[in-house]
Amino acid sequence: MYQYDQYDQSMVDARVEEFRDQVKRRLAGQMTEDRFKPLRLMNGLYLQLHAYMLRVAVPYGTLSSRQMRMLGHVARKYDRGYGHFTTRQNLQFNWIKLEDAPDILAELATVEMHAIQTSGNCIRNISSDQFAGAAADEVTDPRPWAELLRQWSTFHPEFTYLPRKFKIAVIAAAEDRAAMRLHDIGIELLKKDGVLGAKIFVGGGMGRTPMISHEIRDFVTADELLSYLEACLRVYNRYGRRDNIYKARIKILLHELGPDEYRRQVEEEFAQVKTLGIDPPVAELERISAFFAPPAFESGLSEDLDRSDPDFAVWLDQNVKPHKQAGYAIVNISLKPVGGIPGDASADQIDVMADLGERYSFDELRVTHAQNIVLPHVRKADLYAVWQALTEAGLAEANLDLISDIIACPGLDYCSLANARSIPLAQKIAERFRDLDRQRDLGELKLKISGCINACGHHHAGHIGILGVDKKGKENYQLSLGGSGAEDVSLAKITGPGFDEDGVVDAIERVTDRFVQVREPGERFLDTYRRVGFETFKEAIYG
Amino acid sequence: MKLLTGNDLVTGDVTWWTGNGWSRHVEDAADVGDLGEAIAKAEEGARRVNVPYVIDAVATPEGPRPAHIKDRIRALGPTVRPDLTLKPADPDAGSWVI
Amino acid sequence: MDNLLRFRDDEAHDEPAITLDSFLDGQTNAGAVRLEAGDDARALLPSLEQLALVEVSFPSFRDGRGYSAARILREGGYTGELRAAGDVLVDQIPHMRRCGFDSFAPEAPVDAETLKRSLDRYDHPYQRAADAATPIWKLRHG
Repeated sequence: MYQYDQYDQSMVDARVEEFRDQVKRRLAGQMTEDRFKPLRLMNGLYLQLHAYMLRVAVPYGTLSSRQMRMLGHVARKYDRGYGHFTTRQNLQFNWIKLEDAPDILAELATVEMHAIQTSGNCIRNISSDQFAGAAADEVTDPRPWAELLRQWSTFHPEFTYLPRKFKIAVIAAAEDRAAMRLHDIGIELLKKDGVLGAKIFVGGGMGRTPMISHEIRDFVTADELLSYLEACLRVYNRYGRRDNIYKARIKILLHELGPDEYRRQVEEEFAQVKTLGIDPPVAELERISAFFAPPAFESGLSEDLDRSDPDFAVWLDQNVKPHKQAGYAIVNISLKPVGGIPGDASADQIDVMADLGERYSFDELRVTHAQNIVLPHVRKADLYAVWQALTEAGLAEANLDLISDIIACPGLDYCSLANARSIPLAQKIAERFRDLDRQRDLGELKLKISGCINACGHHHAGHIGILGVDKKGKENYQLSLGGSGAEDVSLAKITGPGFDEDGVVDAIERVTDRFVQVREPGERFLDTYRRVGFETFKEAIYG
Repeated sequence: MKLLTGNDLVTGDVTWWTGNGWSRHVEDAADVGDLGEAIAKAEEGARRVNVPYVIDAVATPEGPRPAHIKDRIRALGPTVRPDLTLKPADPDAGSWVI
Repeated sequence: MDNLLRFRDDEAHDEPAITLDSFLDGQTNAGAVRLEAGDDARALLPSLEQLALVEVSFPSFRDGRGYSAARILREGGYTGELRAAGDVLVDQIPHMRRCGFDSFAPEAPVDAETLKRSLDRYDHPYQRAADAATPIWKLRHG
């Protein structure tokens, strides 16, 4: 894992004092809310329905146990005993007092954490593959590149007042576990003629107008990557729309210019920018990479597993994924128990996960964009002990990628932008499909719920997506089908008129029933949908 | 009726204008009639409230009930965590929201 | 110009700035130009030598186009006064300095103590920009 040197540490320490100063000026009446809002947002502090909400950055989703414990500590001391893991691999506290925020940031800084740029019209947390460093299919560990980008984007003087927020994801495997194509910039690391470099996609996003990104450059080497990204951002900063907040994301600029014209402008800018000496030497990427060297894996470990406990065997099959190192496995901890709140974990559960990470996973944990937690490097021999500990903490739900592993935004229970509640609907769906055998028979089925058009719950990318809307003061839910945030990226299509909460649960069941009728052996829901088409399911829903 | 609501600047708590101050309880909220904007401006200027706004509500025997579900959720707390609402002991509190 | 803050040793240029359109239309002996937020700063690159003042307008503190305009001018070799004018907030001045602005005409007065704290706060930046600050990667690797 990356460790701060004195420069990194002094940066976050100075940030704490800067924010302390800003809060003090706000409380003393030296700044109006209008002026303070962008400053607090750039430190992840929102004003939500019930209180201030603080979004803490988890860069590329990687945490040490010490950092995880700090999140538990903050939840207990300053919040109401829990936190919410988000689709951008961050963590949100829902009940923060403005006067406490500087002290919280000071505590986070002691474990090399911060809330820098977790909101605002700037470059946000760089997200990545939660299996980085453990996945068998990766070309390289994407996190050193993500850390390079974290540093470059931190307090970037030119790109702090962009037309709109800006999200970057970095992956390095054929399988896209980070919804890379639905980011403002998606970076896929790959090898060309033996050299590592980056393929650059621009203009993806969800929100009101979902779009899949365009490939803008097939290859940039590490020594020119930052120049190239500066060029991409500068064209956006200068020409992205500022007249309409709903048209201000870079995807709209790409759409209006066309990818070819955008590419031409970027190349022109790049020709200039790359002469300025803004790219760090390759030694910097190497310095960072050294922190991500594989941990001291043992060799000659047994591959055997005792599957005699049937519940354990189900969990193994569902939540444990292959590791690149023989004798090890990747453990996925579901934060989606039936009846629970997707992505929420209590301070006690956070501590349990921190302990397990320390004891069994080389002190590392990951946050996934699907709002789950990963222990990336667990010896197979330890899996049973890990499962027992998780079971005791209510964290062993064996539903990874099944219909109850729902992504849901906080919705109208917490969020000031929401039009409808997301969480109660997620709970009703999970309850309806509570029988795990039935869920497993349905197979991989990614269900995603957003409580408003901003699409924080990724409904456009759901195999089944649900969008909550306000229909004359009542919550109403639109159902859509056929989206994917993975390497087979696609945008879901709305089925037709919306439903009330119970109605949409029934409609989903009609969809899954039809799927069971028409699927062919081995097909996922998405495969069947793509083979038989939208109308078959629409007919099942509406008759 | 019209209510004036906002969040406390320091704590972020949801607050309601009572006629002479702010309360966390919507039951205490007063009808502000046409004076909402003026009170909001003065109170925000004095930093006794943050981001105040006027809403519609209906008078009921139990007190004012905000017209929109969002403000009813603000008044009570998250429906999915009854333990964290203002009425953790009232099992029916959630039905007031819906 | 009561609020003018300058980080230059030379005398302030008091010639009124003309619009980019007027400048490009042929009043070519003008030494001061004002760029609106949507103007293309690159249009000035052929004429930098004759300019002593470029004023970049910030109609709203949320409008960040001027940061790019400043860098483009500095990257193009402009050494004259570069002024950020309009809705410029004290918390933004450090970033503006890094983008090459060396003069500020904020609509509302800026508290001098707050500004000093703000400018002194960070020891080193992560990235190279238009100022002379040494980026952290350079400090690490020499």
